[in-house]
Amino acid sequence: MPKPFDKLTATAAPIMRANIDTDVIIRIERLVGNSIRGTLGKWAFGSLRYLADGSENPDFILNREPYREAEILVTGPNFGCGSSREGAVWSLQERGIRAVIGSGFGDIFFANCFQNGILPVVVDKAVVDQLAADIEATQGAGKVSIDLEAQTIVSPSGARHSFEIDPRRREGLLKGLDEVALTLQRDGEIHAFQAADRTARPWIHFQKTPASRTSA
Amino acid sequence: MPGRSLLEKIWDQHVIARLSEDTDLLHIDRHLLHDLGGSRGLLDLKSRGLKVHNPELTFATPDHALSTAPGRAGTSKIGQELLAALRTETAASGITLFDVDQPGQGIVHVIGPELGLSLPGATIVCGDSHTCTHGGLGALAFGIGSSELTHVLATQALIQKRPKTMRARFEGKLPLGVTAKDMILALIGHIGAAGGTGYAVEYAGSAIRELPIEGRLTICNLSIELGAKMGMVAPDEKTFEYLRSRPYAPQGEMWDLAVKAWRELPSDPDAVFDREVVIDVEKIIPQVTWGISPEHVVGVDGLIPDPKAVDDPARRAAIETALEYMGLQGGAPIAGTPVDWVFIGSCTNSRLSDLRAAAEVARGRKVAAGVRAWVVPGSENVKREAVAEGLDKIFIEAGFEWREPGCSMCLAANGEVVAPGQRSVSTSNRNFVGRQGPRARTHLASPASAAASAIAGAIADVRMMGR
Repeated sequence: MPKPFDKLTATAAPIMRANIDTDVIIRIERLVGNSIRGTLGKWAFGSLRYLADGSENPDFILNREPYREAEILVTGPNFGCGSSREGAVWSLQERGIRAVIGSGFGDIFFANCFQNGILPVVVDKAVVDQLAADIEATQGAGKVSIDLEAQTIVSPSGARHSFEIDPRRREGLLKGLDEVALTLQRDGEIHAFQAADRTARPWIHFQKTPASRTSA
Repeated sequence: MPGRSLLEKIWDQHVIARLSEDTDLLHIDRHLLHDLGGSRGLLDLKSRGLKVHNPELTFATPDHALSTAPGRAGTSKIGQELLAALRTETAASGITLFDVDQPGQGIVHVIGPELGLSLPGATIVCGDSHTCTHGGLGALAFGIGSSELTHVLATQALIQKRPKTMRARFEGKLPLGVTAKDMILALIGHIGAAGGTGYAVEYAGSAIRELPIEGRLTICNLSIELGAKMGMVAPDEKTFEYLRSRPYAPQGEMWDLAVKAWRELPSDPDAVFDREVVIDVEKIIPQVTWGISPEHVVGVDGLIPDPKAVDDPARRAAIETALEYMGLQGGAPIAGTPVDWVFIGSCTNSRLSDLRAAAEVARGRKVAAGVRAWVVPGSENVKREAVAEGLDKIFIEAGFEWREPGCSMCLAANGEVVAPGQRSVSTSNRNFVGRQGPRARTHLASPASAAASAIAGAIADVRMMGR
């Protein structure tokens, strides 16, 4: 069940390269296995964070103070594109990230954020660029504030920007709602749909325990 | 009122409940599980004290973590554990598993269509972003994350926001040597890797109508590389011919009923799309990527972009980063770049027609010295059909390695990697940093172009190979 999200004032790190895909956020070999939760924070942005010999890359922003403590990422266009791996969100979360602010995100990454209580904020690219510039002007010392209830972000310069968010998504984050539990409350409707659909589209529905059909 | 699009028609047939103006609870008709996330989802469900809502609509196969070496030699311990867990948990839930060495096993996005599990008008999900592939049959198919996967197991439904609609029309006659892969890479190059974000894309136009189903699956496969998690092609006679008598497709009277309904699905002539793009396919030449995003693509006779010629600082920096990673010089021709690896496989290009196209180029030729070239069929059935027509022999005689079906080196989840710094021409879908292994350099291309590059030992223009 996701933790609720309402307000956050924290160090923010700009990672402005376009098209940072979820493979770059977390490599696939870190996700192979059923006991990976809790092991991923160390490997978030692995290929950017570590040099070939395994040592920290001093040039990567999350390896520098005060960005090491960042709880907010300010991202370039199309952050989180590519693979559906929810491990990308888990790894950011385990690294301490609670919100991402960008001009656009990969659709599946965006959905996965909400499932884990991470707030993805979409604002115009000009706002993202200004935010990144304001953060850099304070060398990261200036914090960014996000208020989900009020739908505003405040830059280190004091500039306030409002953002749009789907009201359902907003409520889900504010209350930390579990979608599975919510949908199960509609199980009667799901069964009613399936009963009607068995008549409308019988070819979609199989017998409950499929006889071992031989395949090709 | 304007006509309705393919997307809108399928969407409306699946609404269980309207949750807000633009968000619905949708019924999911087919749920596909694989070894990387399948057992994790089933265990998650169990830990919540829940049962699989419709195990008979859920199907599983191992593909990601299996070795593709003969006899599956070298499957890692963790890969074996995932396979064992998939077997145990699917059996416990009454979910059909297409297991190793059985007809039906293979890359989820190859077996769904091949078995007739994927049908026009169906909603199909899988914990894998390339689920959009199944849209090639006129399905509404998309990738989901782990939480949504658990949601579908528990409820056979999913909460989804209605996407915007885009129609990409490919018009004209495909030139010789140009394939479905080149068409979709050209579109990605044209509108960018985020050009489709938030949209469901319908591929249409005369060149799409002419494409066989396997080509349409390839086109839809790369929808996610456009940013669109859903891509689709309206079903037509080719679709019905492809599906007829597939094991899980409807049979007899049920077939007739289904086809009658499927004929109603194509977008109405007056349907309105939020965005329209038109591509003249006669201008497309074989495509190859040069960078670290699928939008970093050029014609094989083209030049690697020169950052010095780019004014926009962000774009210039992006090109410089990509060239540095790829070890390439801006301004140089892409053709002739020496390669170490060639990978023919993946949910993009591992079907029988892909292997035939590559074999046609490889027949009677030899893989260049110093190049390692793999052919990894997409499924057990593809493998058997390819062997039956002797494609394996053509590849082996040419010096390719012929492997067992699976995802393999597309994403290297099973440890099959391109070594650091080495250069690969791959028929897969992602040239991301480290995708085929840490610091591996990937160039995406069609099966024919990949085979030509294996023979040449360098990125090659298949049109120069004289076949």
